[in-house]
Amino acid sequence: MTKRQGLLRHIFLAALVCALGFAGTVQAAEGEGLPSAGTNLRDQASLQRGARLFFNYCVGCHSLKYVRYSRVGEDLGLTEDEVMKNLNFTGAKYGETVVSSMPADLAQTWFGKDPPDLSLEVSAKGADWVNAYLNSFYLDPNSPIGWNNTVLPNAAMPFPLWELQGLQTLTVAPGENGKPGEQKLELGQPGKMTPAQFQQATRDLTNFLEYASEPAALQRHQYGIWVLLFLAFFTLLAYALKREYWKDVHEA
Amino acid sequence: MANVWSNVGNWVTERAPGMMPMYRKHMTEYYAPKNFNLWYYFGSLALVVLINQIITGIFLTMNYNPSAAGAFDSVQYIMRDVEWGWLIRYMHSTGASLFFVVVFLHMFRGIIYGSFKRPRELVWLLGMLIFLVLMAEAFMGYVLPWGNMSFWGAKVIISLFGTIPVIGTHLVEWIMGDFLPADATLNRFFALHVIALPIVLLLLVVLHLAALHEVGSNNPDGVDVKHGPKGNRWSPLAPADGIPFHPYYTVKDLVGVGFLLLIAAFIIFFAPTLGGWFLEHDNSIMANNLVTPEQIKPVWYFSPFYAIVRMVPSFMDTAVWGVIAMFASIFVLFAMPWLDSTPVKSIRYRGRGYKIALTVFVLAFLGLCAVGTDTTAEVIPAWFGSDVDVTFWENLFGRLMTLLYFGFFVFLWAYTHFGWETTKPVPDRVTTHD
Repeated sequence: MTKRQGLLRHIFLAALVCALGFAGTVQAAEGEGLPSAGTNLRDQASLQRGARLFFNYCVGCHSLKYVRYSRVGEDLGLTEDEVMKNLNFTGAKYGETVVSSMPADLAQTWFGKDPPDLSLEVSAKGADWVNAYLNSFYLDPNSPIGWNNTVLPNAAMPFPLWELQGLQTLTVAPGENGKPGEQKLELGQPGKMTPAQFQQATRDLTNFLEYASEPAALQRHQYGIWVLLFLAFFTLLAYALKREYWKDVHEA
Repeated sequence: MANVWSNVGNWVTERAPGMMPMYRKHMTEYYAPKNFNLWYYFGSLALVVLINQIITGIFLTMNYNPSAAGAFDSVQYIMRDVEWGWLIRYMHSTGASLFFVVVFLHMFRGIIYGSFKRPRELVWLLGMLIFLVLMAEAFMGYVLPWGNMSFWGAKVIISLFGTIPVIGTHLVEWIMGDFLPADATLNRFFALHVIALPIVLLLLVVLHLAALHEVGSNNPDGVDVKHGPKGNRWSPLAPADGIPFHPYYTVKDLVGVGFLLLIAAFIIFFAPTLGGWFLEHDNSIMANNLVTPEQIKPVWYFSPFYAIVRMVPSFMDTAVWGVIAMFASIFVLFAMPWLDSTPVKSIRYRGRGYKIALTVFVLAFLGLCAVGTDTTAEVIPAWFGSDVDVTFWENLFGRLMTLLYFGFFVFLWAYTHFGWETTKPVPDRVTTHD
């Protein structure tokens, strides 16, 4: 190969690397500006705490229509008794899916829309978004429900976790050239939890919803490493086989 | 035991004497050049992915419900309640994207080593038909989960046909069987995705391979081993630089398969959505004709072609030009054997102008990918500040890339037709091999 060919090949490879890096920056930019939720599906205690929060504060309005109680028990290391006593308040059977007992027609009257099913919320919006949303409610006297949210302005949901977090208010710094300035949420009246405890609680809840979005993620992580190790071994074996066979070609 | 097998063999041979000669012709006595490099893995890998798509597809079909009311739920049923359903679905969805990765690289191989040139024009044309059918197959498969991006993607892509003068509107309704993508659309897309197109695809793959085996494989030197000296350790009549496809390339391709499976398994088990590139976030929301996703964009493998539609401006009161340009960007590839008339096949012995033009072509293709995936719309304000006119710069960039994409083919034709290319001497025999 001549020097010039080598140079062209290098330019070509450099261009390819740039393009891949380009795609990488965009991936990093997704969920922009939101702090990381810091969820961890391997933390079973966190999933259990998240489930408890969900079934105490959320299931009154929101269903998880693709999630079965039995599956939650199995995946979160809970017995049937524990699930039926501590998580199932709707009277559903153990093998049934999580359906809120809120009547749809009343939901329309109360909130103007049906509370969405949350089975796939994290898949659709991302864990960072859900976690930030849960931390961003504030009192808003101008809103018909008395609450508002900085992540999802004019959200239809009144804040269900207020007694845990306390009451936040929004201050908007005076901006320049008519643009609104920086928004800041301040905790006016503290709740039952300290801010650190509440952040952990929303992280747990988000973690549980992330699990609910894709229960298979637990299996994926469990089996993945073994599959990769097997395939690495297979590839190595295939390579050894190839070398052995190709001795003929080199002799020929 | 060996006796039993040879008895079975003899039994078959007596009744079908043509079987063994056919096997030999395509496997043990198909002499492939011995200097295949990395680029030559992608053909067999495409076959592996195709088989994966068919097998996982069969199992998905067993639990999928092809109706607007039930499709979305049935996908979640597969993901949660069907034993190993999640694995089957992720193998299928990851396979779809990897199919295009592998096929794009396979096509690029054909371009750089001149594999489309005489006498392999038919191989190339059949391959291009495979690519075309694959795009249709992928598009229809993408609609089946009936997520919101499936719905809006289908609506946008089908409405491209609406730009055709006079018949456009009727054509769109005819394709969808409704005024919107709906139950009828989903049903026919299912039929086409699961039966019609796979049959066509398999037939074309058989023809592609048959046509290849008639003329023999090209190689990184672009030397025709059939015209070289004869005689190797397997046969005195076979090309000296050829080796039997089986077992030498079957074992070699096995290594490539191992690497492909490693990459695929990593994605399937640790990043099945690949950050929204392989499975999009908006597809976790059921199809809803009242709620438009924030950005409607096609899956990454359609993005360069979709970018061309977006970048070509409307004039004379119609947007049909963009659609024409998009189809042209694919159909122009069919003409490669006649656009590139330099008899030297391999990039190794071609002129510098060709190499530069090809690099520009690859960059234009990647640039169009960036436009089509809305990457530019995010990168431009991130790099140059939020005050810049994103649409203006994106259009400028995207149109430049479109011109460079088509410019490559124009340049290639002129460069080779008028003899402006200075090629290097092509060796008589293949050079290096591992």
